[in-house]
Amino acid sequence: MNDATILLRARGLTMRFGGVVALNELDLDVQRGEVLGLLGPNGSGKTTFFNVITGLYAPSAGQVRFADTDLFRASPQQVCRAGIARTFQRSRLCLPLSVFDNLMLGCHIHLDHGLLFNLLRRRRFEAELTRLQRRARELLATFSPALADRLYQPVGAISMIDRRRIEVCRALISDPRLLLLDEPSAGMTHDEADELLADVLRVRAGLGELAIVLIEHEMGLIERVTDRCVVFNYGRKICEGSYRTIAADPWVQEAYLGQG
Amino acid sequence: MAAVPNDLLTVVPRGARPWLPGVLGLAVVAVLLGAFFYAESEWEVGVLLAIAAALGLAAPRVPLLASAETAWRARPRLFAWLALLAALGLIGLFREEHLALLMLATALFHIAACMGLNVQFGYCGVVNFAGAAFFGIGCYTAAMLAGHAALPTALIFVLGGACAALIGCVLLVPVLRTRGHYAALVTLAFGVLFRSFMEVNDTFGGPQGVKLPDMTLFGWALAMPPEWFGLDWSFYVNYALLGLALVAGLFVLLSRLERSWIGLALDVVRLDETAAATFGVQLTRWKIFAFVLGNFLMGVAGAMYAVMIAFVAPSSFTLGDSLILVSIVVLGGVGNQWGLLPAVVIVMLVPEKLQFIQEYRFLLYGLLVIAILLFKPDGLLPRRLRRYGTEEAA
Ligand SMILES: Nc1ncnc2c1ncn2[C@@H]1O[C@H](COP(=O)(O)OP(=O)(O)OP(=O)(O)O)[C@@H](O)[C@H]1O
Ligand SMILES: [Mg+2]
Repeated sequence: MNDATILLRARGLTMRFGGVVALNELDLDVQRGEVLGLLGPNGSGKTTFFNVITGLYAPSAGQVRFADTDLFRASPQQVCRAGIARTFQRSRLCLPLSVFDNLMLGCHIHLDHGLLFNLLRRRRFEAELTRLQRRARELLATFSPALADRLYQPVGAISMIDRRRIEVCRALISDPRLLLLDEPSAGMTHDEADELLADVLRVRAGLGELAIVLIEHEMGLIERVTDRCVVFNYGRKICEGSYRTIAADPWVQEAYLGQG
Repeated sequence: MAAVPNDLLTVVPRGARPWLPGVLGLAVVAVLLGAFFYAESEWEVGVLLAIAAALGLAAPRVPLLASAETAWRARPRLFAWLALLAALGLIGLFREEHLALLMLATALFHIAACMGLNVQFGYCGVVNFAGAAFFGIGCYTAAMLAGHAALPTALIFVLGGACAALIGCVLLVPVLRTRGHYAALVTLAFGVLFRSFMEVNDTFGGPQGVKLPDMTLFGWALAMPPEWFGLDWSFYVNYALLGLALVAGLFVLLSRLERSWIGLALDVVRLDETAAATFGVQLTRWKIFAFVLGNFLMGVAGAMYAVMIAFVAPSSFTLGDSLILVSIVVLGGVGNQWGLLPAVVIVMLVPEKLQFIQEYRFLLYGLLVIAILLFKPDGLLPRRLRRYGTEEAA
């Protein structure tokens, strides 16, 4: 692996919760522009890895580099500005706010929060607003045209499946360089999950070099969309490589493919 | 109200909106309010309250009333102007009535203070149980400056706000560090301390308080009865107009604030700190912004109020007064500035009219808040989904 092609590099990353070691000296690289599948049984530390990378948990030890920035124990805000966006395993949208408002949280760091602009220059503000409304509508329409028409409904009135799509859109609209998807298809049927990931990849094709880390239990989906996979168990990386490589691993076969 | 869908604006085309029910609805509110000020006996007030309550309860079910609300929401700007005109009309109607105008002005200054609380609690979720203390800081600033320095009155108002904002900063660390109940307790303690401090401190007049001299705002003698249109006016009309100008100005400012990226950032900080932080929202920055801005508004309102009543004493800034401010916000509908209007009438003006309630004020407000939390947790006028105002164009 070439250093210049590595976007995110974690070394010896350890996260302890009291006696529980959720991440145990983990070494993990994400290449520029790749789709990396993250697998592992329940409680193996996948979500914890996302939480550590995005600054929600301060890791106990290790190193994290993202492009040229040191992100070890960085704040969530610094991580966001560096260009990492994520979705949450348990959906974290603001239910009383409209779909549009939730998407605009994704754009937060690109918005002008000056008093002058927001309070006095209403014409300019409205021009900006119109542009962003179009952008939000287009992005939503890629995932579901029906959803694009519900831009001004409270998220609380929207189905769980569509909320997942909104959450993915919120992460995408921030224009990230690395997208962390934590079981985005949970609760969806096979077809819906396939469609969601296909839509993500479609948007990604228009964005240039977006790398994606995908936590997913569905092996078929992993096979179809990922370039490379990493398997966790008890906070350690137990194997890594293309889908074929990991599918050939006896441990993975036993745990996931029901063989062995 | 629950029957009105949230996406109303996208459903009803613009041209088809009837404005007539809106005007009628506004007229009904204005007439009720006018009658309320006229009412002398307690049973008259009681009848008016019963009518208002019946209308309020019937509003979602009676098509004409429901469409009044639809019209207000469809043309917010037009109806804000009409409401302002109606308020001016009421002031004109009561031009000689000291008591009615004093009550109206008092209500307006307290609405302005509650708007500050709304920014803190309603938008950003920062609790503040020391509202009366920040209002009081504004009052005392005005009293001290008016008595000892030859400053322009407008500057005194601004300095009242600035002092409240500045002194509020001592609470920033605990308010930002602790969450929920602890932050509430810290502000509560501050409110109690403020009053005790004012009582023992002779520089600020001690328990007897301080008097304020008559003031002039840009050549406008506030304490003199004006001679407009060759009519007789109570001098309180000056303060009613001042209060109306403050509230109207804040309405414009805060509704712009709400319908902006700033308003959105504040909402997100209130609703989900984790999601907010993940998308780069600087939680501390926005909490400081809301807390300082809210205290500033309370201070300005306090300074104006002090100039009106020309006398400031610690006994007006008790914990009970802070709780009254909070209950106005909660009763009206947290985060909805319009809700403050009916709430202030119920919480502040009705007890003025119904003397027998006075003694049980705090008891009644305790019960009222509990009832609201139980039966109408979003308040009389629940806050609406944010509309930026150009959705039709998009
Ligand atoms: N905030 C926390 N406090 C204490 N322990 C935690 C915390 N977060 C995670 N853990 C523990 O860390 C371990 C890894 O949890 P994590 O949520 O990362 O698993 P996961 O791989 O995402 O599992 P799943 O597939 O169920 O989502 C678990 O044992 C969990 O109990
Ligand atoms: Mg998980």
